[in-house]
Amino acid sequence: MEGMNVNLISGRTTVQGQNLDSKLTEKYFGEVARCDMNGSDMEKLGVAKDDNVKVTTAYGAVVVKAKQDDGNPEGLIFIPMGPWCNAVVSGDTHGAGMPSFKGIDAEIEKTEEEVLQVKELMRTYMG
Amino acid sequence: MVEITDVVCSLCGCVCDDIVLEVENNKVVKVKRGACSVGKSKLLGHERIKSPMIRENGELKECSYDEAIKKSAEILYKSRRPLLYGWSSTVCEADKVGVELTEDLGAVMDNTASVCHGPSVLAIQDVGLPSCTLGEVKNRADLVIYWGANPAQAHANHMKRYSYVSKGYWTAEGKKGKKLVVVDVRKTMTAKMADVFVQVEQGQDYPVFSALRAILQGHEDVVPDKVGGVPKEQLLELANMVKEAKFVMTFFGMGVTHTGARHNNIVNAIQFTRAAHLHTKASIMPLRGHYNVAGINQVCTWETGFPFAIEMARGYAWYNPGELSATDLLYRGDCDAAMIIASDPGAHFPGESLKHLAKIPVIQIDPYANPTTEFADVVIPVAVSGIEAEGNVYRMDNIPIRLRKILDTDYLPDEEILERILTEVRALREKEGE
Ligand code: SF4
Repeated sequence: MEGMNVNLISGRTTVQGQNLDSKLTEKYFGEVARCDMNGSDMEKLGVAKDDNVKVTTAYGAVVVKAKQDDGNPEGLIFIPMGPWCNAVVSGDTHGAGMPSFKGIDAEIEKTEEEVLQVKELMRTYMG
Repeated sequence: MVEITDVVCSLCGCVCDDIVLEVENNKVVKVKRGACSVGKSKLLGHERIKSPMIRENGELKECSYDEAIKKSAEILYKSRRPLLYGWSSTVCEADKVGVELTEDLGAVMDNTASVCHGPSVLAIQDVGLPSCTLGEVKNRADLVIYWGANPAQAHANHMKRYSYVSKGYWTAEGKKGKKLVVVDVRKTMTAKMADVFVQVEQGQDYPVFSALRAILQGHEDVVPDKVGGVPKEQLLELANMVKEAKFVMTFFGMGVTHTGARHNNIVNAIQFTRAAHLHTKASIMPLRGHYNVAGINQVCTWETGFPFAIEMARGYAWYNPGELSATDLLYRGDCDAAMIIASDPGAHFPGESLKHLAKIPVIQIDPYANPTTEFADVVIPVAVSGIEAEGNVYRMDNIPIRLRKILDTDYLPDEEILERILTEVRALREKEGE
């Protein structure tokens, strides 16, 4: 199927916290470059666990791994706070000082594109 | 092997201070008691930056501390509007030198509150905060509400040490005598433990607080059947729990600061607590993330009058979140150099803001390599505060706690690095004046 419109939020997880001081490791990559969503959303997208999904917002696009978490209501996706989620967050705070790290209109779709490693992701900002 | 007791964890705002470690050959070999899995991971250590480095032709090359400090001072001295950002994962003594450096340079100084509880700070400046210490929560609270927060994963000892699970003077039965309410947009690990889980529609916290205020103030008739996705019956149930409790404690997290009405969400959360005062004792507290983010807010406030997003270019402190917050400044391309200390904007800032960080000279002061290192032109490794360096920090309830030095190291502490940069900056100015 085509892309699906969703609401994107981010937040902390235990493994993300355990690797705050080791962000260049596989463990951090495996935990943070992923997207949790309801099983029925995965079904609609035609994705299974660890399939690559592309999340696109008005501010950018990022590829992450899909993971099922039925704690998320349908239409709400969660990417742990970190470089992958922030690739699609706006820098404009509209004078409030706080970016919208949660409640971001996004489109999600299945993709064959690869998930970028953290250093590759940072390099995309070096125009 | 030596056993060391009463070690303080320098990771999250819980600042747990009863950890027991085993140390052998100047290495932590075991965390015996007291730390959660996140704290444990920090105490056991991670790969470190081996040496100071300066970027030459695109590559970071090892150099001496002297060279890295000199280069940093040159970058900052040459800059017309440097940004000095981070400060939450170091001690207040280092933060104090940071304010002095900011003043000397006429720089912008911001800390990680601007991407976590900055909106809470604004709300507190607006309406005040009826709060208490975590000790009081432990001894008194019989209704604990976590709103937009997932402490089971982000502050794993919080419930055990201070709130729902802890046993205190008037709460001797622990969780048996308490109720736990979790308000969140998704069923988190914390929500699964709750007596009552209130699932709010994402971004709709503000009207839910308003509805609860109305009910507590005796105006339930104005509340519609559903507010922010929450049925009225559940709101009435929650309001009743508040009325019947002896002491209501609300902790809130980034689920309410990162979205929707931002600081206005927190204003409403505080007013909800005030409304609870019509019936019982109630208190409220932000769940602070970094172990000393509360401390840098304290230091900035006592040194400049303001807690974050401060500029010293006018010769006096100027405060304007939204203009001077680091993400905004970078997004607008409004600084021409950055010193990043004890934080990692490379991982935690919006990509749109990082594009400017990639263009300007960046100094990184940190024990560990991280995404920010990719942008750094000078990298200065430091001792890990709370393991290799001591100093004062402020817990999330603004209680000062002294971090201990457990291991010896050749790495210099943040405070010394900053003092030496400041001395070099002053020397450059003197030289120019000659
Ligand atoms: S709860 Fe926080 S301060 Fe306590 S051990 Fe865990 S990470 Fe450290």
